[in-house]
Amino acid sequence: MNVNYMLSFIIVLALCLLSYLGGEAPGLRYLFGIAIPYLAIVIFIFGFISRVMGWARSAVPFRIPTTCGQQKSLPWIKPNRIDNPFSKSAVILRMILEIVCFRSLFRNTRMAFKNTKTGMRIAYDWEIFLWVAALAFHYTFLVVLLRHLRFFFDPVPFCIQILEFFDGFLKIEFLSNVIQVGLPGIYISGVILLAAVTFLFLRRIFSPKVRYISLPADFFPLFLIMGIAITGIMMRYFTKVDIVGIKEFTMGLVSFSPALPEGVGGLFYVHIFLVSVLLAYFPSSKLMHLGGIFLSPTRNMTADTRATRHVNPWNHPVKVHTYEQYEDEFREKMIEAGLPVEKKE
Amino acid sequence: MADDLPKADDLLNKIDHNNSPPTSWMDTPVNIRKGMYCYASSPKSVKYLGLPNARPWNPLDDDWKLPDNWKEIVFEGLKERLDKFRSFKVFMDICVRCGACADKCHFFIGTGDPKNMPVLRAELLRSVYRNDFTKAGNLLGKIAGARPMTLDVLKEWWYYFFQCTECRRCSVFCPYGIDTAEITIMAREILNLLGLNIDWIATPVANCYRTGNHLGIQPHAFKDMLDFFVEDIEEITGVNCEPQYNKKGADILFITPSGDVFADPGTYTAMGYLLLFQYLKEKYGFDVTWSTYGSEGGNFGFFTSHETMKRLNSKMYAEAKRLGVKWILGGECGHMWRVINQYMDTMNGPADFLEEPVSPITGTRFENAKSTKMVHIAEFTADLIKHNKLELDPVRNDNVIATFHDSCNPARGMGMLDEPRFVLQNVCNNFHEMPPGTIREQTFCCGSGSGLNAGENMELRMAGGLPRANAVKYVHEKYGVNMLTCVCAIDRAVFPPLMEYWVPEVDVSGLHELVGNALIMQGEKKRTTDLRFEPLPGMEDEIDE
Repeated sequence: MNVNYMLSFIIVLALCLLSYLGGEAPGLRYLFGIAIPYLAIVIFIFGFISRVMGWARSAVPFRIPTTCGQQKSLPWIKPNRIDNPFSKSAVILRMILEIVCFRSLFRNTRMAFKNTKTGMRIAYDWEIFLWVAALAFHYTFLVVLLRHLRFFFDPVPFCIQILEFFDGFLKIEFLSNVIQVGLPGIYISGVILLAAVTFLFLRRIFSPKVRYISLPADFFPLFLIMGIAITGIMMRYFTKVDIVGIKEFTMGLVSFSPALPEGVGGLFYVHIFLVSVLLAYFPSSKLMHLGGIFLSPTRNMTADTRATRHVNPWNHPVKVHTYEQYEDEFREKMIEAGLPVEKKE
Repeated sequence: MADDLPKADDLLNKIDHNNSPPTSWMDTPVNIRKGMYCYASSPKSVKYLGLPNARPWNPLDDDWKLPDNWKEIVFEGLKERLDKFRSFKVFMDICVRCGACADKCHFFIGTGDPKNMPVLRAELLRSVYRNDFTKAGNLLGKIAGARPMTLDVLKEWWYYFFQCTECRRCSVFCPYGIDTAEITIMAREILNLLGLNIDWIATPVANCYRTGNHLGIQPHAFKDMLDFFVEDIEEITGVNCEPQYNKKGADILFITPSGDVFADPGTYTAMGYLLLFQYLKEKYGFDVTWSTYGSEGGNFGFFTSHETMKRLNSKMYAEAKRLGVKWILGGECGHMWRVINQYMDTMNGPADFLEEPVSPITGTRFENAKSTKMVHIAEFTADLIKHNKLELDPVRNDNVIATFHDSCNPARGMGMLDEPRFVLQNVCNNFHEMPPGTIREQTFCCGSGSGLNAGENMELRMAGGLPRANAVKYVHEKYGVNMLTCVCAIDRAVFPPLMEYWVPEVDVSGLHELVGNALIMQGEKKRTTDLRFEPLPGMEDEIDE
């Protein structure tokens, strides 16, 4: 039993119950359906901006990229233009690959002690699962997010329809008496998202190293996202929530003339409440890596400090030991040793 | 080596990476263990530099003799650095604890201590940051991963931030580029505000400030030491080298770590420099001077604070300006080159009194160094070899089966990977790479960098050096590698005991030692030994005569 994830789990469970009851109790629907979502959006936008501004306010005194490949030096030595970027355009390429492809995580290795005939050997094997899961998680999250734009636009933009078409391409339609899976077509993104979140959660539980470093703040967003995905899937495939009613509701939210939907049930309130919590929690949490990655000095700076001077905005003067002080102390010995001096006494 | 150092097999067998303590890391107090820490800074050295709280203290004592307002000093120190360094602030906020860095740290691999996982090392500081600087941490405390500053936390900081060599390997793998070196640098700055340095850093820094080099070699003694190499070189090659010192109007100033004039096997590298410069002087009129005032390439100030780094580094440009040279050539050293490549021009530039470096022999413009005006000797020599300016006899190094160790800072703070390999392969016929994942940008630290190359922390050094040594062992067994070649003075000082401990059959050399062996000097006598007075291949009998 791990207190860190139990605590996060209980909190998320409590949030679910709370919002479910809120959705069922007519008096509280306004709070959970309209007030909290608006508040969450405001906290998210202002929190996010203020966090990024906070980082941007701090100085960048030195150019300290982590060089992950050959430098540009002699003309006949091939430099690694991406991992040791000499120009701004190379930095942009490095950043794009980092942000879009998680390039650094792609390098991940797993260290293992292996017994061989000649003794212990430490091996470093390529470890791709974390990268795959991270990529799957972030991209399906993005697709789910974009798909939800259909609730905020009328008519639904063509690109969103295209996305939905491909996302729902995998139409495994089968019917049973109890549930009707495949009608509407299954969105593969939702399934992968839930699987990836589950993987990331299980990794935190079963890898002893990762379990030891995990804080409640690492489990909380995982449970939140799980809750959001599960309630979404439930509404779409099982309880068959009234989509038209929800669209009226979301269009009301974006046009600032909110009206509560009729007959959507508690599950919907759980869904939007968890989304609201996630939004409000985002700026003060580790989820801000979304903004931080852009400002990481080891990745977003050129590796050309010897060629182009970088200026430190607070380059304080320091106390130094001058040559004159040095010669004053050692002059006699220097003269005796035949070393040139500035002042011969 | 220390008497109480465990045997290699015992040290290896006790490593367990999955056996974390039953208590959470916040509830596991630090145990400052002999063999794993360095002695406290001597008050004399701290005082000489004018740094705070100079007094004798002992890490094993309960009382560390801190100023009464030490918590306030830590808080203000953090606050100031969060404003002055975006790296620090961003790295405090965005870690998701994915664990990709966990098994990348040589200290974690070699000790199994979970607090040596880079993520947890950073959390030691982040937890206090959250408590003092974030609302969530302040309100929720432990649930938000926050904890207040206490004496135990401070001791934990001291213990673990002096168990990080600022090698940046974790930063290569971090999806956000979080660099533990950066966090360790800040932590050490703050520890220094309380007078909590280690002596292996504080005393070299004080020495360097006063005498121009870490070892405290005074000017006349520095010349004596080089003269001693000149004598040895004459005995080996019959050539009389004539190094110049503090020469005004010389073309080029040469600065290398003082370790190379002080102790084997670095001394052989220094002899290599002397031979190369003599060769170039005779053949091409190369005019280079050494300096006794700027007689240190390394910079242990970098392991103290940004300010101290700047104070020591200032001598390079000051001396270049005083002597009126055109540009500066730098010797083989690891962290020295991080400082030169990423800090020097910013701190102490612009070096507008120097010229853009051009090789006087090949005419090559070192455009990558056109602002800082300092060129690495491996870049310089690689250019010479490429233009066929050196007569080399690599057969003289045929007893050597070399592998190349990328030093952390030239690899991850510069990217100088292929220049030294090019030189090495032109002066030595037998070269084998260590396995991928242990070289180039993924290279492993020697385990003793960033000022941790003391004698009293030998167990830590042997544990931290394990991943490097293990990769050497692999090529030793597979290809018969008997020489670990490197471009770092700390490497040359610390690898001999590391090899003796893990792979006793492998020796250590600098790059320019092998250059010196292979270089055919004008008017040299028939060489029978290498620079170590060991017989050249096929000359075993001639030495006895």
